[in-house]
Amino acid sequence: MPVIEYIEAIRLAMKEEMERDNDVFVLGEDVGLKGGVFGTTKGLQQQFGELRALDAPLAESAIAGVAIGAAMAGMKPIAEMQYSDFMFPATNQIISEAAKIRYRSNNDWDCPVVIRAPIGGGVFGGLYHSQCPESVFFGTPGLKIVAPATAYDAKGLLKAAIRDPDPVIFFENKKCYRLISDEVPEEDYVVPIGKSKVMREGTDLTVIGYSMPLHFAMQAAEELSKEHGIEAHILDLRTIQPLDREGILEAAAKTGKVLIVHEDNKTGGVGAEVGTIIAEELLYELDAPIRRLCAPDVPAMPINPPGEKHYLLNKEKLKKAMLELARY
Amino acid sequence: MAKKIVEITMPQLAESLVSATVDHWLKQPGDMLDMYEPICELITDKVNAELPSTVRGKLVKHLIGAGETVEVGAAICLVEVEADAEADTEPSAGAQEPVSPAAPAGGLGTTDTASGALGSSGTRGGEPASRPAAAIAPASGIDANAPMRHRYSPAVQRLAAEHAIDLNRVSGTGEGGRITRKDVQVAIASGNASIGTASAVNPATAATAPIASSAPSDSSLAPMDPKIPVRSTGIHLSESPRIPSIEIEGQEVPGRGEYFIDVTPVRNTIATRMRQSVSEIPHGWMMIEVDVTNLVLLRNKLKDDFRKREGINLTYMPFMIKAVVNAIKDYPIMNSVWAVDKIIVKRDINISLSVGTEDSVVTPVIRHADQKNISGLAHEIDDLARRTREKKLKLDDVNGGTFTVNNTGSFGSILTQPIINYPQAAIITFESIVKRPVVINDMIGVRSMVNLCLSLDHRILDGVICGRFLQRVKENLEGYNLDTKVY
Amino acid sequence: MMHTGSVQRALRHTELGLTDERAVDMYKMMMLARRFDERGQLLQRAGKVNFHISGITQEPSQVAMGFAMDRERDWFLPYYRDYGFVLSIGMTVKDLMLSLYAKGEDPNSAGRQMPGHFGSKRLRIVTGSSPVTTQVPHAAGFALAAKMRKEPSVAIVTFGDGSSNQGDFHEGCNFAGVHQLPVIFVCENNQYAISMSLEKQTRGRICDRALGYGFPGVRVDGNDPLEVYRVFKEARERAVSGEGPTLIEIMTYRVTAHSTSDNDMAYRTKEEVDEQKAKDGMPVYKQYLVDAGLWSEEKEATLQAEIRATIDEANDYAEKAPFQPVEDAFRYVYAEENGEG
Repeated sequence: MPVIEYIEAIRLAMKEEMERDNDVFVLGEDVGLKGGVFGTTKGLQQQFGELRALDAPLAESAIAGVAIGAAMAGMKPIAEMQYSDFMFPATNQIISEAAKIRYRSNNDWDCPVVIRAPIGGGVFGGLYHSQCPESVFFGTPGLKIVAPATAYDAKGLLKAAIRDPDPVIFFENKKCYRLISDEVPEEDYVVPIGKSKVMREGTDLTVIGYSMPLHFAMQAAEELSKEHGIEAHILDLRTIQPLDREGILEAAAKTGKVLIVHEDNKTGGVGAEVGTIIAEELLYELDAPIRRLCAPDVPAMPINPPGEKHYLLNKEKLKKAMLELARY
Repeated sequence: MAKKIVEITMPQLAESLVSATVDHWLKQPGDMLDMYEPICELITDKVNAELPSTVRGKLVKHLIGAGETVEVGAAICLVEVEADAEADTEPSAGAQEPVSPAAPAGGLGTTDTASGALGSSGTRGGEPASRPAAAIAPASGIDANAPMRHRYSPAVQRLAAEHAIDLNRVSGTGEGGRITRKDVQVAIASGNASIGTASAVNPATAATAPIASSAPSDSSLAPMDPKIPVRSTGIHLSESPRIPSIEIEGQEVPGRGEYFIDVTPVRNTIATRMRQSVSEIPHGWMMIEVDVTNLVLLRNKLKDDFRKREGINLTYMPFMIKAVVNAIKDYPIMNSVWAVDKIIVKRDINISLSVGTEDSVVTPVIRHADQKNISGLAHEIDDLARRTREKKLKLDDVNGGTFTVNNTGSFGSILTQPIINYPQAAIITFESIVKRPVVINDMIGVRSMVNLCLSLDHRILDGVICGRFLQRVKENLEGYNLDTKVY
Repeated sequence: MMHTGSVQRALRHTELGLTDERAVDMYKMMMLARRFDERGQLLQRAGKVNFHISGITQEPSQVAMGFAMDRERDWFLPYYRDYGFVLSIGMTVKDLMLSLYAKGEDPNSAGRQMPGHFGSKRLRIVTGSSPVTTQVPHAAGFALAAKMRKEPSVAIVTFGDGSSNQGDFHEGCNFAGVHQLPVIFVCENNQYAISMSLEKQTRGRICDRALGYGFPGVRVDGNDPLEVYRVFKEARERAVSGEGPTLIEIMTYRVTAHSTSDNDMAYRTKEEVDEQKAKDGMPVYKQYLVDAGLWSEEKEATLQAEIRATIDEANDYAEKAPFQPVEDAFRYVYAEENGEG
């Protein structure tokens, strides 16, 4: 099975879906001729033409709004936000419109739009090229939100999103683009939206999270296993909304000790909801208070290297937190 | 000038890049490089660029050939520079992660009485190499006073209730001696800690379905073991003292319920001294109570490591003695002798320790106690106590004391009226540490409290000065916290 | 309006390609819209419904606009005063009444949305919302889809003068201009955005903004329905032949308050309102038809009676119709096959 980079998995998902269905197209700033500022849409305009890999003017609300209109007309648009930091002008379209179209028309109209946006830091992007704004959209009914951590999941989830009849926000991690590679089948497959995945089996503590920090958790888990005989159970949420309640509860109950990790700010983040679900359902399985390891409640990370490092999660921080919890 | 060889490494040309390819070299080995002069051309997925040199010197060797791809941060060539030139190093990786402290389980330290120590049950987690598995702790290692011992998590309570496990008999491998879910699961599997005829109710399926509706009723909590007192009374003897068995001379007088014990020389000495002290010195008495919650925490935190490192137990006495010694420095009159027409204030602070054996009490002396730190005091105490028990004390060991500290708490008492060690000016006791409800900021809190009792020579000392002295000892004791150093 | 003193009686509507019947239908439709709107106001003041938002005197231009479009092929994105518009593209008074009463049979939203939030897949009316102007980029999206599929359809989107200042207006226009999309942007400039009069919303002319986005902008008198019809016909022609978007600014006046929750005497005078009412386009158009020999007072009386009956029947039906069952109140957040957790 070929091993491909996370960014290539995303590109292939779009390419294959556009080959499969003429109604699928992508639009955004620089996605056409340039192939995207990261290269995510490279080759698409050459293969599918100017209209299906459409260079849009610099206007995020229009990019989202036009995509929403086209989706209502029966197309399957993929709107790219160049950085999630810049998607906020589109928030009105996403939350007031896309999320509510089916509900407000009593199922008469629907909006099968995909909005892709790169999240995450560790690339010396500073305050406005590194944010994780998942919590802004999280909790808006009518939206689906996914955030893959592996190349396999990136391809499968993007395909699922494109085929989904409801609006899906696809948060791809820019640090993962070229850092993460794994086995991706060549044949067509889909990762179902709303299903988490156990990345690693364990018995001493459970780590639940999404996107880049899970890779640190995996590295820390290896070291903890070798050095302390501690086996961590790691659950990749993959879909943030709707959360896989069953998967979360099963993983939490396995060890009774839960550490929730994400790169978005701690307060009001997805982790707060995951923790509360566990607290609501699993009181008598808990062997330790539920812990969260997230970014600090600071607007965003500085660009100076020590500042960025201090803000971000890394293997050492994960390892320390996991060890402490295992020993509790 | 001396030369040295430095590396030039591959920088990160753009975000999200993790590697780059050297397209071709612009500089060859032997070429001189100026600062920022381009040395090669790089190709990446996002940008192509020339790489500028970050040092001034002579290119010595290509480590990467043209067309080769390397990771960001890898060395690509060697340059010979002046020895004092700073190579362009990457910002150092973050500070070393602090080693997490070992779980401080285990018993309270010994007193310096002859009765054996409780012994810290030391085989709990902490060594990096060992597996902190729950089952390995020996059954004897249950320390009833470990701080987290009685913190039962919901999972622990439920499992114990469902399987009729007596939690008092389960050893805790978690932080602070906490019983973890795994510990209970081990106990269930081994059947060691069941209550009575354990008819297990509802064997728990620990894994899958959330237990929403089956909340355990009150009656299913593990019943309290009646042997554990409701209030913790702090330090107490672990075994009852042996009654001195001394040969009886003479015979029992039939019909009367009494028997005779001979007076040993030691007993005689003690009697004489006590008599002299009481008859000559007008004893005043004063008491103060001290909040040693933080001291208890500190000692719990340190004692395991201390035991490992020093080979002796860390008790409360060194802390107490240090507090007293520092207070004496502020109020030197406490360290004096009545000489009728003058009061002799001793400069040396030699602390007499009351060391009890089964049938007597001796007061060996820690000389120059003010010059010792807590660790040093601990060593002295241990040494003196040991030699006392082994009856190896020399005359020098018991002479020259200027102030006495008595650990009456080791007997379990909370108030004592000690008799001054003639010819000193005062004697102070350190009573039992007891957890009591106290009022803090108009709210009730539970704190570890200890009484200090002071008997004073009222010819030399009065209430005010003693009150101040006691206050200072109290402050010193209450000033101990988790940051206090013992060295 | 009519040529006088000439032998040839070339009528305006004929020149525009409207048959006599269609020209009369336009008038009937305007009157229907007018009467419905008036009934809506009464119902709200009577406490029968909670809310009504009125478009009185905007009917002539709206109906003309509707008649100029292709009901089978075009996409319609109206705003909340467009009763005349939606009636002329296929909605019925019964539909509007059900919406007013927020009953379950309301085709727009089963009584979930406020009245005036139109939507019907069948009639090609795109579901609308309350945050204004969001429908402008949507219209560009529909036009883009048409272009990509090479369909001869035009998207037409309306909004008020206040809404034309939102970012979405500019972004949507610019996008459509760059990609030459088949869309007609319609600003129904009724001179007020709630309490704020036009000069507080903009100092320029709204129709002039189109220049900045690379396509023509025209202003038209909303009280002259035939002129409105002409302008829209042209714009539609442009769009289907690939010439790109047009911005049309219909000059009209809002004689009522913003909604039944607004007291408009707080910010304007009765004299001003009365003056504008006198310019109402409907009596003028009626006169045109009479003069063309296509209308009479008898026909007027018959029409009024018919409309009255239609409205009464619709009103009655809607008042008696049930609400959406509360078990269904939370359905359709997501597509039903997936279901919600």
